[in-house]
Amino acid sequence: MNIINIENITRLYEVGAEEVRALDGVSLAIGKNEYVAIMGPSGSGKSTLMNILGCLDTPSSGTYLFKNIQVSDMTDNQLAEIRNREIGFVFQTFNLLPRSDSLHNVELPLIYAGIPSSQRKEMAMNALVSVGLGDRVHHKPNELSGGQRQRVAIARALVTNPAIILADEPTGNLDSKTGEDIMTVFAEIHRQGNTIILVTHEEYIAEHANRIIRLRDGKIEKDEKNSHSHHAPLTKAAAMTGS
Amino acid sequence: MNRYWFELKEGVLFSLKAIKANKARSMLTTLGIVIGICSVALMATAIKGIDRAFEQGISALGADNLWIDKWPWFTDEEWWKIRNRRNLTMENYEKYKSLAKKPLAVAPTLWSSCKVQYNGHYIEDTLVTGSTADYVKTTNFDFAQGRFYSEIEADGARDVAVVGNDIVENLFKHINPLDQYIEVDRIKFKIVGVLKKQGSNLLGDFNPDKQVYIPIGASIKYYTGHRRSIAIVVRAKSTAQVKETAEEAEEMMRRARGLKYNQENDFSINQQEGLMRNYNQTVGVIKLVGLFITGLSLLVGAIGIMNIMFVSVKERTREIGIRKAIGAKKRTILSQFLAEAALICLIGGMIGLTLAIVLSMGINKFLPTSVQMDTVFLAITISILTGIISGFVPAYTAAKMDPVDALRYE
Repeated sequence: MNIINIENITRLYEVGAEEVRALDGVSLAIGKNEYVAIMGPSGSGKSTLMNILGCLDTPSSGTYLFKNIQVSDMTDNQLAEIRNREIGFVFQTFNLLPRSDSLHNVELPLIYAGIPSSQRKEMAMNALVSVGLGDRVHHKPNELSGGQRQRVAIARALVTNPAIILADEPTGNLDSKTGEDIMTVFAEIHRQGNTIILVTHEEYIAEHANRIIRLRDGKIEKDEKNSHSHHAPLTKAAAMTGS
Repeated sequence: MNRYWFELKEGVLFSLKAIKANKARSMLTTLGIVIGICSVALMATAIKGIDRAFEQGISALGADNLWIDKWPWFTDEEWWKIRNRRNLTMENYEKYKSLAKKPLAVAPTLWSSCKVQYNGHYIEDTLVTGSTADYVKTTNFDFAQGRFYSEIEADGARDVAVVGNDIVENLFKHINPLDQYIEVDRIKFKIVGVLKKQGSNLLGDFNPDKQVYIPIGASIKYYTGHRRSIAIVVRAKSTAQVKETAEEAEEMMRRARGLKYNQENDFSINQQEGLMRNYNQTVGVIKLVGLFITGLSLLVGAIGIMNIMFVSVKERTREIGIRKAIGAKKRTILSQFLAEAALICLIGGMIGLTLAIVLSMGINKFLPTSVQMDTVFLAITISILTGIISGFVPAYTAAKMDPVDALRYE
């Protein structure tokens, strides 16, 4: 079963009197434990696609099935619920709450999921340990380096054990060494069986994924397996049989 | 259920952080609410004080009393018509007293305004009430010393007096007034009784504390002659019987005055009800105006809160986007900002209330006031409500933000 099935999706924006087609008839399926990179130049529609895949936005037309559930015409609150339970976001600018420490930042999705405090703390703690920040639990974002901040953000994305991890230029604000570290974290997450969708315009970052989708002018230009993925190649077929 | 609770708790904790992070701003914003709540609490307290003073005054006058008088206390009639009424005389009083069956006590009164003096100290324009021994039965007087004058003293128009507490305090420093001779317009009266403080400043000169009581015969003899109209105080047997006592009084007075069936009453039966009505009319207007003005200051405070909440929402657009992306619903964001506004107002309200309590201790010197428990609850409720109402539009703006736009906001 695919986690994501989108069929002929378009997304229109009104810019003044003009209509801009950010996405123009995109169809796509992503299975469990895939590691997909979405690439394309700016204006290609990759951010729009990512917003729709992340249930932050809804398509103008077409269907979006998430775990076989129609999300294209859900209400805002239903979408919020899906984002909370099924999607973990990692952003280019980390997007942590500046006044909260790492633990509270990671706890936040669990608060919205209605999980009791003690259990919440334990889950958040485990997530922080798993990204190697067991000793930075009570640090605030401004007391952490960029790489550490992104690890907190990854822990936050992982803590609800979501169906997919959506990463939008996760290394965009990091130096290349730290960026590599973060990509190693993603590789590890993937190895543990998670599904990752990575949006990037850097070729060498996309190389980490084992499937690369290239967008141009709101359309899929190319969708191919990445045979020289950095870590042990894991094909869709292999993933589905459980490697 | 848990979920709402966690969200609310998160909202409150986070708003505390936000308030702490912007200390100066929060303080200035809160100031508006401090002033607003302080003035509302003070106004509520003052109104209560005035009401209480009035009630005390009424009960000092005697709650079950009627006053049969030439003059009505409140009327729409032309004054000259009333002025042309015949005076009420002692004969009218005697006749009425013999006819009436309902009253508990009946006494004539005759007021004059005199200078009272003792040993060089004096008070101008003191109300001197002449009456009979039964007068005391129409009042709730407590005596600090002595007694009311007796029937024999009253009938004999003796030169004896009962004095109110303020008179004693002003004229007799360190001297026991009992059995002393007080001069009332240069006539000496022996003090046979001193009243305890009755406490009703609202009654002005009619406050028993400020009066001197002498036999009515003495009033006529020394001060008024027979030219002046008397008034008759009637005390009903109980509050429930005030009405029937008044009805009987009207009938009996018509007889006592020899009125024919087609003649209008040429006297008035005054009741406290009229006094109450009049009080409620005047004070009611003052109350409304007062509450309106204090309400305005609260409104100014509320606008301040609304303004700062808009700023806060704008500043934290990114945060709202993050929260929405990781699963905060509309109501979560809404309640978070409402909690923040309510909390700022609650803190302001508490400070304002404390201020009001301190200030009311000062006011207590003039009016018997103190901030009551219900005022405290009122102030707290109003401050929370102010926060929720003034925070609603900003919070709603935050709640309905589009997560994509909010995340992109710099």
